[in-house]
Amino acid sequence: MFAGATDVVPQLRAGRSAPEVLVDLKKIEELVSIAKDDDKWRVGAATPTANLTGDEAFSEEFPGLSEAAGLIGSDQIQNRSSLGGNLCNGSPAADSVPAMVVNGVRAVIAGPNGTRVLDVAEVVTGPGQTSLDMDEFIVEFEIDRMPERSGDAYLRMIPRTEMDIAVVGAGARVTLAEDGSIEEAIVALGAVAPTVVRVPQAESALIGNTVDDDTLSAVAEAASGVCNPIDDKRGTVAYRKQVAGVLAKRAVLIAIERAEQRNGTK
Amino acid sequence: MARTHITAVVNGDETEFLTEDGTSLLNALRDEVGLTGAKEGCGTGDCGTCSVMIDGKVTTSCLVFAPEAQGATILTVEGLADSGQLHPLQQCFLEGAALQCGICTPGFLIAAKALLDKNPDPTETEIRYALAGNLCRCTGYDKIVRAVQEAAREMRGQ
Repeated sequence: MFAGATDVVPQLRAGRSAPEVLVDLKKIEELVSIAKDDDKWRVGAATPTANLTGDEAFSEEFPGLSEAAGLIGSDQIQNRSSLGGNLCNGSPAADSVPAMVVNGVRAVIAGPNGTRVLDVAEVVTGPGQTSLDMDEFIVEFEIDRMPERSGDAYLRMIPRTEMDIAVVGAGARVTLAEDGSIEEAIVALGAVAPTVVRVPQAESALIGNTVDDDTLSAVAEAASGVCNPIDDKRGTVAYRKQVAGVLAKRAVLIAIERAEQRNGTK
Repeated sequence: MARTHITAVVNGDETEFLTEDGTSLLNALRDEVGLTGAKEGCGTGDCGTCSVMIDGKVTTSCLVFAPEAQGATILTVEGLADSGQLHPLQQCFLEGAALQCGICTPGFLIAAKALLDKNPDPTETEIRYALAGNLCRCTGYDKIVRAVQEAAREMRGQ
């Protein structure tokens, strides 16, 4: 099954996959739509990421997720790539996945026995591997509306300016209490382990505190600590660990700034 | 393998062709429709040389299965000129020497057209991002960017 086929075609050509039948999901209306109600957004799993980044209301509410989706490839790819494909391809470096994880996005999965709902964080089990059965596919993503005093962010490090695979990706989402301290925080990293990883120690260092040098150092240290990266031509293990700490700090700061703006305090 | 009958509007003309299901739109355009402007560089969506517009959206035709074109409106580089009159982008690429070997040019022209359709007055940075999916191994991009700027000015009537 494919949406934009931007990963499927290269895999077919490389001989890494040889399906007997290919099913194009894009003609199913529900899979290519963006809708919201008072509680949540629903983003069809095959919706081109260009539609998501071009949706002003969505991008204003979830700038981090919108920016992450917008990092997937060129304009040519953006008109085909989708959140569902980016997730199910199972790349540890998929840009949209840390941003979906920090926003608590849920996948609605259809199969022969009906539908089930699974946290995005539970979908990918390893490089190229998902917990979906062969006869299941993701219909749409449910994204709870962004609460007051909350913001998200996603940053990635690539050696070039554009068109590259993340060496490290860092997503953050925070909710501030009325006194400005951090009430909730979620930090997740991409490209530094076989799957996207949460950074619970960074989250606990932030919750209940305001941001200062000590909490930021704790965030960076925790982020570097959870990394289990590969060593390749794009980045050594030591480099990826260090960059993970720096990007996690920066993503947290941006998320806080956005949360303050949504609160009208700045 | 059974061949599928496809009807699409290609460069303004109702076009029919037969294709095998696993064939790329790029190969169908080149081999069945006879439009060889779009070219295969990488075959993996990285180089942009096969860029075409499908229903107004630029994409790499090497990553599109030909049957997906059923009912679609497709623009290739051959459809840019109007009754023998070059499109301003084509004219500016020529005058600005924004090509050397020419392999990448059809893709750049289509990607630039897609940009100017959305944004008639792009900044240099916006042009460079919009063309980031197109690789050129000869000219080094500056002349291409300048040609797009010049064409944009002309198309705005300045």
